[in-house]
Amino acid sequence: MAQDKNQEIETHTVSVLVDNEAGVLARVIGLFSGRGYNIESLTVAETDPKNRQSRITIVTGGTPMVIEQIKAQLERLVPVHKVNDLTMEGEYVARELALIKVAGKGTKRVESLRIADIFRARVVDSTNESFIFEMTGSTDKLDAFIRLMEPLGLIDVCRTGIVALPRGPKPF
Amino acid sequence: MSSVEMTGAEIVLSALRDQDVDVVFGYPGGAVLPIYDALFKRNDLRHILVRHEQGAVHAAEGYARSSGRVGVVLVTSGPGATNTVTGLTDALMDSVPVVCLTGQVPTHLIGNDAFQEADTTGITRSCTKHNYLVKSVHEVARVIHEAFYVAKSGRPGPVVVDLPKDVLMAKGTYAAKPTSIHRSYRPRTKPDADAIERAARLMAAAKRPIFYAGGGVINSGPRAARLLTRLVRMTGFPCTLTLMGLGAFPRSDPLCLGMLGMHGMYEANLAMHGCDVLINVGARFDDRVTGRLRDFSPGSKKIHIDIDPSSINKNVAVEVPIVADAGEALDALIKAWRRLKPEVDRKALERWWAEINKWRKRDCLRFDRGSKLIKPQLAIERLYHHTRGRDVYITTEVGQHQMWAAQFFRFEGPNHWMTSGGLGTMGYGLPAAIGVQIAHPEALVIDIAGESSVIMNIQEMSTVAQYRLPVKVFIVNNEYMGMVRQWQELLHGGRYSESYMASLPDFVKLAEAFHAVGLRATKPEELDGVIAEMLATDRPVIADIVVDPAENCFPMIPSGAAHNEMLLGPGDESESSGKEEGMVLV
Repeated sequence: MAQDKNQEIETHTVSVLVDNEAGVLARVIGLFSGRGYNIESLTVAETDPKNRQSRITIVTGGTPMVIEQIKAQLERLVPVHKVNDLTMEGEYVARELALIKVAGKGTKRVESLRIADIFRARVVDSTNESFIFEMTGSTDKLDAFIRLMEPLGLIDVCRTGIVALPRGPKPF
Repeated sequence: MSSVEMTGAEIVLSALRDQDVDVVFGYPGGAVLPIYDALFKRNDLRHILVRHEQGAVHAAEGYARSSGRVGVVLVTSGPGATNTVTGLTDALMDSVPVVCLTGQVPTHLIGNDAFQEADTTGITRSCTKHNYLVKSVHEVARVIHEAFYVAKSGRPGPVVVDLPKDVLMAKGTYAAKPTSIHRSYRPRTKPDADAIERAARLMAAAKRPIFYAGGGVINSGPRAARLLTRLVRMTGFPCTLTLMGLGAFPRSDPLCLGMLGMHGMYEANLAMHGCDVLINVGARFDDRVTGRLRDFSPGSKKIHIDIDPSSINKNVAVEVPIVADAGEALDALIKAWRRLKPEVDRKALERWWAEINKWRKRDCLRFDRGSKLIKPQLAIERLYHHTRGRDVYITTEVGQHQMWAAQFFRFEGPNHWMTSGGLGTMGYGLPAAIGVQIAHPEALVIDIAGESSVIMNIQEMSTVAQYRLPVKVFIVNNEYMGMVRQWQELLHGGRYSESYMASLPDFVKLAEAFHAVGLRATKPEELDGVIAEMLATDRPVIADIVVDPAENCFPMIPSGAAHNEMLLGPGDESESSGKEEGMVLV
């Protein structure tokens, strides 16, 4: 039984603090592709300009043994300062931003605006026959909204992937 | 000193000298001309001119593995850099500290498809431990010092420093070796005390224990091998070694079971299968060692000492992980063992040894000694016999001869065995022997080679000649890619597709063409004479030992089989059901 549990695929959110130097993202991505790990989403930006450090947030899936491998492999990259497995380290807040373009006229257009209001999406661009909605939330919420937009004239979606922080006062 | 202005190229060489480098293996070209010009003007750095950049990396590997120092390579941009890729990958797989300096087109031409431009850092990212593209002369010294630190600390590996030509020609100031610690890369070397305690207790309670030691012990340095030897003798437990670990524990010691794995000793593999406590020191549960994973050492509790946390729980889940340098961990284990003064179950241990000795009696390395043809095993056994008591360093190529060398050459100490274990690079042995001979000018250096492998880097005979290196190339010549032929016989119905080496050169004449001495043995009675003559010659020698072409390397765990499903020799049918499954494996 224990063996079966070890074969289950789990989804983990991993946060990696790296030196913001040339090629660092390629190193991380190359590690995932070279060793056959999954990337469900990946975000990266400089978060500490003074120390030239960036934070990469990766959502990945694998068996517990694979997840352990991913973390160990990330940790041994030279420009990596710290690896945190948010899924293992208690509660955390995860958010994603999406821009969603919907085109339509008449009731479909009204309906899309109504649903956007329910989901607290903001209109950031509008023409007589289209909207771009901006929406922040959990991945599930974004998925649900996008699904609802499909019959109403969904044109394009752009998503950032997850950014996440542990809850409470303490740092990573 | 630090205020002196010099060119980037001069900074490179000053940094190398500060890192105690005295030899560089390289090949010049347009982008690195400034470094070669600076090299010409100083005489405190020796440059060994190889004949192919792959050879430079293997030579640096041989130098590093046999001396415990960092091997240094210097090549040009484009093809110079791409030719190092196989060597770099080899060094990565076998954890060899190498710093490879590559030239690059000037910064303003990068990305322009310039002549001899290649995206070196992009190409080598996955085959190095780390790499750098230096974009300013002010970064040169810092990066080179960091490259040496990264190459040799933690689990060692190759590091590439890509140096654009304009950076090499610009003027800057030299910054001496830093004393501060690295901002992010600080590998753990000291073991966790609790884990050591748990390991010692587990060992104390063992009834059928075994040590399984690997290249991590060699990489840690000769002290680690001495500590391993002490601990094994203190406990009286059996010890088996991986291909990379040969020499970590003396082969002549009765506690030594020899090599384990695919072509390992019967007693070593069966002991691994039957043990109840397995103590892995600096090995990585490689697939050549474990065979079928789900049946690997099924009844044992496992202790794993490794400096690389990513090696732990990668293939095999272990009870006691210890992230540490092998030497540090062994030192701590010895202290813990002394403190515990454990009452080991002597009776159980005696029964365990009785069982092991029964397996030993199977004499798994036996071969036909009455053959009219030279058996390859006999060739290596006689070579070993003739070189006993001498300071002998062995390199190998890859294939059957490599496995026979691992089986029949008995190593008493570390750093005397250089082989391509992880990557399995044919053509490794000859250039590696060059590096070894440069590091140990007075020693006897022998490349135990196969005729197919050695041809892959045969051009390095020219390097051997130029530097008058008395390297001995001992070719076990069966006119086949022997291991390919063996697998085709065992797994592909004897269809020897493209594994016969037609039109081989006359190796005696080849030796002479390269200013070396060529010798040949074709009959068993000629063998001793040829070996003796080879060893008595103080010049480079190629000895062409023409052996039985049909001989297979046994014992063998077929791919995808378990340790207790070994084949001991021809006619020994595998009872494994995994033959089909094994075929897809390599």
